[in-house]
Amino acid sequence: MKAGGSISIWFFVGLSLLVNGILILGAGIFDLVHPPEAQVVLYNLHAGIWWGGLMTVVGAIYCFYFLPGKARKQ
Amino acid sequence: MMTALAFFESQRLVHLSFIDLAIIVFYFVLVLTIGFYLKERANTGEDFFMAGREMTAWVAGLAFLSANLGSLELMGWAGAAYQYGILAAHWYWIGAIPAMLFLALVMMPFYYISKTHSVPGYLQLRFGESSRALSSISFAFMTVLMSGINMYSMALVLKIVLGWNINVSIWISSLTVAIYVSLGGLRSAIFNEVLQFVLIWSGALLIPILGLVEAGGWNGLRARVATNASAEYTHLWSTLGNFRDNPMGIHWTGIVFGLGAVISMGYWTTDFLVVQRVLSAKDLRAAKMAPIIGAGFKMLVPFIVILPGLLALAVLPFKLVGETQAIATGAHSYNEVLPLMLARYCGPGLLGLGITALIAGFMSGMAGNVSAFTTVWTYDIYRAFIRKNASDQHYVSMGRWCTIVGVLISVGTAYLVMNFKSIMDYVQALFSFFIAPLFATVLLGMLWKRATAAGGFWGLLTGTVSSIGMWAWVKADPSALRYVALSPYARDMAENMYRALWSCLLCALVTIVVSLLTKPKPDSELKGLVYGATEIPSESYVSVWHRPWFWASVVAVLFVALQIIFW
Repeated sequence: MKAGGSISIWFFVGLSLLVNGILILGAGIFDLVHPPEAQVVLYNLHAGIWWGGLMTVVGAIYCFYFLPGKARKQ
Repeated sequence: MMTALAFFESQRLVHLSFIDLAIIVFYFVLVLTIGFYLKERANTGEDFFMAGREMTAWVAGLAFLSANLGSLELMGWAGAAYQYGILAAHWYWIGAIPAMLFLALVMMPFYYISKTHSVPGYLQLRFGESSRALSSISFAFMTVLMSGINMYSMALVLKIVLGWNINVSIWISSLTVAIYVSLGGLRSAIFNEVLQFVLIWSGALLIPILGLVEAGGWNGLRARVATNASAEYTHLWSTLGNFRDNPMGIHWTGIVFGLGAVISMGYWTTDFLVVQRVLSAKDLRAAKMAPIIGAGFKMLVPFIVILPGLLALAVLPFKLVGETQAIATGAHSYNEVLPLMLARYCGPGLLGLGITALIAGFMSGMAGNVSAFTTVWTYDIYRAFIRKNASDQHYVSMGRWCTIVGVLISVGTAYLVMNFKSIMDYVQALFSFFIAPLFATVLLGMLWKRATAAGGFWGLLTGTVSSIGMWAWVKADPSALRYVALSPYARDMAENMYRALWSCLLCALVTIVVSLLTKPKPDSELKGLVYGATEIPSESYVSVWHRPWFWASVVAVLFVALQIIFW
C-alpha cells in the first residue's frame, strides 16, 4: 500500500521501529555500563539491549526494503 | 524539557526518563507527519471516506483489528483477567473469532458487491430510508459519546500512571487525532492504525515474555495462580456448568449463545467502526481476507492482555482491588495491571515504548470512532436528509469539518463524563441496545429475500426497544434478573449476554412476521444485496493457498485447538 504515490505505510512502520529501537538499545547499553540503583525485576536479562537491538534490525530491514523511490511492486 | 516535566505531579505509578519522553514525542510527530503527507490523497469523497478502496488485505486487516484494540480494551481486559482469570479470554476467542470469520465468508460479499459506503448505507439499499435513519442517527450519537468516554478514560489513566494533567492529555491527544484524520481522512486513520498496531505489540509483548520467565513458564504460572487465587482461574470452559462455579457468575449458554452468537456477531459484523476498515479493501478477495487476517492476530491478543493479568496474580507481592476500594484505601485497582507490570519489568526506553503503546491504543480507538462518525454523518444523515445534491468537493469539505466537530463533541462528552461518571454505565448499556438487534436485521436482509422494508424497520425498532425495556426492568426490580438472565445468581456480564440474545431473537421474530404480512421487493431490486439474488464472483482463478475459505479453516482449527488446550 503506497501513500502519496511514493511512500509505503511499511516504511513508516520501519522508521518507527528503527528510531525507537535505537533509543531503547542506547538506553539499555547505558544501563549496563551505569547500573541504576533501583533496578527492574529481571534486570540481569538486560531486556532493553536485546529488544532494542531486535527492533533496530527489523526496522532497518523495513526501511531499506520499503525505501521511498525504490521501484517495488506490492 | 522542563515544561514537559512540569506536567508531572508527585503522585504517579511510574516515572519517565528523558528517553521515554523522546519516544512518546517521536510517536506524536510521526502520526502528524503521516496526516500531513496523506492530505494530497484525500481530495475526493471516495478517497476521504473510503480510503480510495485500494487497501491491501494486510493493511485493511490490521486496521480492522487495531480500531478495536484501544487501550481501554487492553487495560480493562488485563484487569478482568486478574479478577476473573482466563475466562476473560472468551471475549477474544469465542467472542470474536467465529464472528470475524462469518463476516469474511458470509457477509462481506454483500457489503462489498453492493458498493455501500457504510452499514446504514446497506440498510438503505436493502430496507429503505427509515431503517437507515434509525441506525445512522443511533450510531452517530453513540459513536461520539463512546469517543468522549474513551478520551476521558485515557486522560484518567495518564493521570494515575504518569501524573499528567487531565486537561492537557485530553486536548493534546484529541487535537492530534483531529489533525491527522481531517487532513488525510480514512486513509490517514488506517495508516496510523497499522503503525499503532505494531507499536502496541512491540510495547506490550515484553511483559508476557519476561513474566513467564519470572513465573517459571506456564506450569509455574498455573501453580502460583492456584496458590494465590484458585486453580479454576486457568480453566476456560470447565467451570461454566453452573453460575456459582466461576468468578464471573456466568453459564456456558450465556457465553456461547449470548456472547458468541449475538453480541460478538453484532459487533464484528455490523458495527461500522470496524466494518469501515474492511470496506476500504481493494477487491472482494482482499475484503474477505482482511477479517481473516484480523482473526489470526485477534487470537494472539490474549498473550499481551489476558496473560499479563494472570501473571500479575502470580508474581505481584500485593493484591489489587476494585476501583471504589482503591480510591478509599489508596491500593492499586485491577485496571492498573498493565502499567504495574510495565513498571515491574521495563527500564528506561522500554517503559516509554510501553506507555506509547497505551497512548497509541487510545488514539487508534478514537480515530476509528471519529472517522466512522464522519462518514455516517456526511453520507447517511447530511446527504440523505439535509443536502442531497451537493458536489463531491462539498461533501469532502463537510467531512473535514465534521471530523473537527466530532472531536470537539467528544471532548465535551469527556468533560460531561468527568462531572457525571454514572453516564459511562448508561452509555455502555445504550450502545449494546442497538448492536444485537442490528445483527438480526442485517443478517436477515442479506440471507432472506422475503424480508421487507417494513419488516426490517419494525424488527430493528422492536429489538432496540425491548432491549432498553429489559435493562430498565432489571434496574427498577433487581429480582427480574431471574427472568432476563435465567438465574438470580447471574451478574452484570451475564445479564448483558442474555439481554442481547432476547433482543436479537425478538428482532428476528418481528422482522419475519411483518415481512410475511407485507409485500416483498422483486428479485431485480435485490441484486447485489441478498443471497440468492447476487452472483458471488468465483475464486477458481486463484490457488487454494490464496483462497479466503482455506485461511478461515486454518484459523478455525487453531481456535478450536486453543479451546481444548485451555479447557
